[in-house]
Amino acid sequence: MIYEISPTAITIFLIFVLTVLGLSFYFARKTKSASGYYAAGGQIHWAVNGIAFAGDYLSAASFLGICGMIAFYGYDGFLYSIGYLAGWVVALFLVAEPMKRLGKYTFADALDSKFDSRGIKLTAAISTLVVSIFYLIPQMVGAGAIVTTLLGFPHYVGVLIVGSVVILIVATAGMTSTTYVQFIKGGLLIVFSSIVVFLVLNKGLNVSPSDEYHKFITLDATFIDGKLTSVSDAEYKILGQFNDKDLVFVKLEKNGVFSWWKISLKDGNPILEEALSVVTMKDGTKLYNGEPKALKKFYQVGHINKILVDGKEVDRTGPVGPFEYIKDIEASEITRFTKKAFVYDGEKVTLYYQNITSGEDIMKPGLYYKLDKGSNFWSRLDFISLMLALFMGTSALPHILIRYYTVPSQRAARKSTIVAIVVIGFFYILTLYMGTGAMINGCLDVENSNMSAPLLAKTFGITLFSIISAIAFATILGTVSGLIVAASGAVAHDLMDKYMKMKLTEKGKVTAGRFAAVGVGIIAIILGIIFEKQNVNFLVGLAFAIAASANLPAILMLLFWKKTTSQGISWGIIIGMVASLVIILFSPTLYEIYGLAPDQAWIPLQNPGIISIPLGFITLVIVSLMTKKKTV
Amino acid sequence: MLHEPAVELGKDHSIPQKTKLGVIMFLVYLIIYAGFVFIGTIFPKALGAKVIGAQNLAFIYGMGLILLAAVMGLIYNFFCTRFENKLNKGA
Repeated sequence: MIYEISPTAITIFLIFVLTVLGLSFYFARKTKSASGYYAAGGQIHWAVNGIAFAGDYLSAASFLGICGMIAFYGYDGFLYSIGYLAGWVVALFLVAEPMKRLGKYTFADALDSKFDSRGIKLTAAISTLVVSIFYLIPQMVGAGAIVTTLLGFPHYVGVLIVGSVVILIVATAGMTSTTYVQFIKGGLLIVFSSIVVFLVLNKGLNVSPSDEYHKFITLDATFIDGKLTSVSDAEYKILGQFNDKDLVFVKLEKNGVFSWWKISLKDGNPILEEALSVVTMKDGTKLYNGEPKALKKFYQVGHINKILVDGKEVDRTGPVGPFEYIKDIEASEITRFTKKAFVYDGEKVTLYYQNITSGEDIMKPGLYYKLDKGSNFWSRLDFISLMLALFMGTSALPHILIRYYTVPSQRAARKSTIVAIVVIGFFYILTLYMGTGAMINGCLDVENSNMSAPLLAKTFGITLFSIISAIAFATILGTVSGLIVAASGAVAHDLMDKYMKMKLTEKGKVTAGRFAAVGVGIIAIILGIIFEKQNVNFLVGLAFAIAASANLPAILMLLFWKKTTSQGISWGIIIGMVASLVIILFSPTLYEIYGLAPDQAWIPLQNPGIISIPLGFITLVIVSLMTKKKTV
Repeated sequence: MLHEPAVELGKDHSIPQKTKLGVIMFLVYLIIYAGFVFIGTIFPKALGAKVIGAQNLAFIYGMGLILLAAVMGLIYNFFCTRFENKLNKGA
């Protein structure tokens, strides 16, 4: 997709980024000690910290990823909203206050508070690094998507911009800066997302999303012995046909431009429906709907096929309330665009064909995680695995855990968690409306689900789009900053100072942290470029699974099982982390990235949590029981 | 060397009560959350069933889980604050 570049959008975007940088430099001057760098001196007000929690948590995954996934797969994207929020229950009821009591700067401090074990310092630091880096990848991917849409630069330029700005922020400021950036951004995100949802409801449902929306045509077709022999419009020439199980696609040509069509049945007769196509020709040229990308023939999509209100078919509903909106969506038929990739006559063809889906199917799980139609044992296990990882992952995320050290008391830690739950919960309710709004308002870029929410805002005007994009970008800046602080803390504080006993001065710890921040930032930039095409929400789900597998068993067992030993914690972290990483590396998604067939993956699970989380717990228990005497 | 907290925390005598309450509330939420996952896995069609005001079970249950987390959080804070005020007097 090629996006129009607007001076208004660029101006607003730059104002936001410069404000964030200005704020960071202002607080940088106040950061002199390690306590200030890693924990904001422990003096942040609970309400500010609560909103900053929301800012940290409502990362690219929530804003870009969930909305995008709902826009493409309906309720399955909302599963992430439910799971992400439920994870805060674990954080509030089991983890928040004890973590505050035990820790100093990092997650490793808390785990090691009882034992003073070098093994824990090492494994907890490595786990923090791995989780932070996995969480950084989707943020970088999201940043690339925003910059491409807003400024027209290629994806890698966006990733480089975010990486550089964040390294600059973190290398100069630390936790005080990231807290205030997150506070402001978290607040703005809620306000402007509410405005978008209000506009979606005010517009209601409409079979014609806008005057500019592409008018899809159909052609009558004649088949003899399963082969297309003629179409109703004589200007079209038949170039070929591709059969794949129940799906049949044909290639036509008109005025020297080829196009791909999908065969459907209407009243028992075959018809051809337009599909969007991206074709890489034998000479490497890439054509969008048969023409070069620069000609902008690759349009945005997503519309309602049929609206039913109280059993009557209508063209539009007018303004609706939040419950009525969901009810109407459920009663309607929506045209989604489903991806199909294949090789035809030496050309790599990717089609996005019209897939009319009932509102009932959209408003329940099953379009992404197969639970009913087309389900099997593994698809159901994947659903359980995802829900388990989301539930257990939140309270094991290093950049969330370190925020408990920025407040002055246990009570403040608890209250800030509740503020976070209320704010984040409200936002997650909005995601369902933003996602479905994007699905039906003709704004989807079929190649990139991540930009659905900002593109929805664009349908209501360039100013709102610019503000939303700038907030999304600031969201990423803030989240990446928090993650890099957590990762640099793991390197400088846990590894260099505590594990290697390098006896750094206060100033030395801050300097080491800043160098570590630069290193982690560079790794994140590289991975952000590699994972360009993945849905950011899916990638965050993986980070949650690693965190839940490696860190959560250690945290919970330390707090609630007296027989836990330092060796048990270390081995629990190692096995949980390695198991989750191995499952991810051999999963269908990674096979796709390697360029292999996803259905050939050794492990048919998308999310490793169902295996690796119990494995982490079991390892910790067994090793603790085996090493009990040594540590008494 | 053990690791002291970032700020000095006063003695809290209400920890056992707060911990017990936290575990109970966690288990309650866990059961309700597991119910959603169970229905989705074993009876996926049930999530499409209309339950309240023409809304389906998936919508009501999902929204319910989000709202319940916030409500339980507020209840938890109310009782924890009471424990702290009562047991930490003069501490």
